[in-house]
Amino acid sequence: MKCEDLLKLLSEYVDGTVDPAVCEEFEKHMSGCNPCQVVVDNIRKTITLYKGGQPCELPEGFRQRLHSALRQRWRETHPTDSTSPR
Amino acid sequence: MKPAPSASNSSVPDQDLVHRAKAGDLEAFETLANRYERKVYTLALRMLRNEHDAEDVTQETFLSALEHLAGFREEATFSTWLLRIASHAALKVIRKRRGLNTISLEEATDPQANGDPIPHPEFIADWRESPEQLVHSREVQRLLDDALAELDEKHRLVFLLRDVEGLSVAETAAALELSEANVKVRLLRARLQLRERLTRRLGEPSRRIVRSHAH
Repeated sequence: MKCEDLLKLLSEYVDGTVDPAVCEEFEKHMSGCNPCQVVVDNIRKTITLYKGGQPCELPEGFRQRLHSALRQRWRETHPTDSTSPR
Repeated sequence: MKPAPSASNSSVPDQDLVHRAKAGDLEAFETLANRYERKVYTLALRMLRNEHDAEDVTQETFLSALEHLAGFREEATFSTWLLRIASHAALKVIRKRRGLNTISLEEATDPQANGDPIPHPEFIADWRESPEQLVHSREVQRLLDDALAELDEKHRLVFLLRDVEGLSVAETAAALELSEANVKVRLLRARLQLRERLTRRLGEPSRRIVRSHAH
């Protein structure tokens, strides 16, 4: 297996969906090819970083509009129950 | 700006809140909204690259969840169900933008899809810090958003659904109306492009590896 072949299988390898026989060849190549090892590691870290990324805050004005729209729709779709029986 | 209501619900599991909301408890539903509104908004913003559209999609997502809550069979988690509603709503906006309301996102003539060679990694280096250390930095957060914004839409959507939202290749293909082979090609290109961009900033320059030969 060459670097070029490894590149094509990179996604499947990282996702663990590559055929076991191919996987063995992939790892054999990697054990002797430091650049490919590092690329695989970089790709894994890239995915991890995106998965763990912090979500953005809602613009405050929008957040208020959203919640008041939700309350209104709730009242329309739940006409009989009083939502705050205090 | 902490979510105001329902501090007492903050540790209640989603499933319990879903049951209470199904039984007519608005406060439980609002707690769920507080919990996931940022995730939904972020997904919409990243897919659409437009705040106004992202707000519309976020609102539509929660209204739709509210209306269809009774039919939510809880085979998936609430957040998965919600994000699926959001991605469908965002895709609808994208299709409308393209004026292709009924046609799939698969470009009829996409010579790039399978023909072009895969771009080779250029900047290869170990990262200076682990993702766990990097994830809390605002600067890194901006880098992630900028790198994502630089991807073509077709690559960005596949990456977001598959890698960020965790859909399978088959689910991503179904959502985008693409073939699985096409999803895989786009995913590989997206991952390689993001790796390149991130490694240029986060890699240790002194440990950059220059390929001396092709194996």
